[in-house]
Amino acid sequence: MEPSLASYLALSGILFTIGCVGVIFKRNAIGMFMCIELMLNAVNLTFVAFSRYYGDVTGQLFVFMVMSVAAAEAAIGLGIIIAFFRNSRSVDVDDASILRN
Amino acid sequence: MVSTALFFLFAGFAIACAVSMVYHKNPIYSAISLVGVFIALSCIYLTLAAPFIAIVQILIYAGAIMVLVVFVIMLLNLDDDKPLNRLRFLYALGGGLGIVLLTQTLFIYYAVLRAPNIPVDEAATAGSTMSIGRAMYTEYLLPVEIVGVMLLMAIIGAVMLARGVKLEPEVTVVSVGTGNLGDTEKVESDTVRSENSKDDDARLAEH
Repeated sequence: MEPSLASYLALSGILFTIGCVGVIFKRNAIGMFMCIELMLNAVNLTFVAFSRYYGDVTGQLFVFMVMSVAAAEAAIGLGIIIAFFRNSRSVDVDDASILRN
Repeated sequence: MVSTALFFLFAGFAIACAVSMVYHKNPIYSAISLVGVFIALSCIYLTLAAPFIAIVQILIYAGAIMVLVVFVIMLLNLDDDKPLNRLRFLYALGGGLGIVLLTQTLFIYYAVLRAPNIPVDEAATAGSTMSIGRAMYTEYLLPVEIVGVMLLMAIIGAVMLARGVKLEPEVTVVSVGTGNLGDTEKVESDTVRSENSKDDDARLAEH
């Protein structure tokens, strides 16, 4: 007997919650980036579970698209983090307040 | 029965690694924990009869993205994450958001559990690599092309970001966010004074 669809959705929801709370708690840009990756993975798990239970391949194709977006996000996001570090010698998002004054 | 046991094993591992990722202050520990989450999710994809997604998960996430992240952490030589200093209300906000999301998860769990059960077709080949490839190049050709264009844009953007911006003749690096603007003012007044003294010297030389 396979676990029901609800268990996969519950696991996905728990992982998404942890990632979402992590984005708010982390002050480090790279930590926030990793929490966003965790949220993307939680959504991927939902897609794959629905794909399995409805016997449709569309969900897995969407997972492929999400992974491509995550790869592009990694390249651009880490480039932005390095550019920010070059300017302010820190990756703390509290220091990214140059527009404040 | 075996698949249920495997699911709970990997689900527990994934949740433990995710909590450890948020808990640890050192970015390297967070990155290693996140790799653990990816591997656990990949095993869950295997039990969901999606071998292509499982392999791609390992290759792209654990192989490419996390190596890039660890490389950046090592390159920047990051310290531990600092606690919140002036944004303490974010703790309350994050806790409240977590409670709301967990409640929603519980609600979805019971709603889906009470819905009519969908029988899984064990012989379905939705996850096989051939069916994914066929769907990718027939029915979903346009989205795949768009993803290709997006990756090209990402390459160009990454090169532009990594180029080292030298658009302005001189970039003054003011220490951002620490609020010690007094030093820069002093420096400016010093330079003004030195220019004045230079003018004085020139005037003296004329005399």
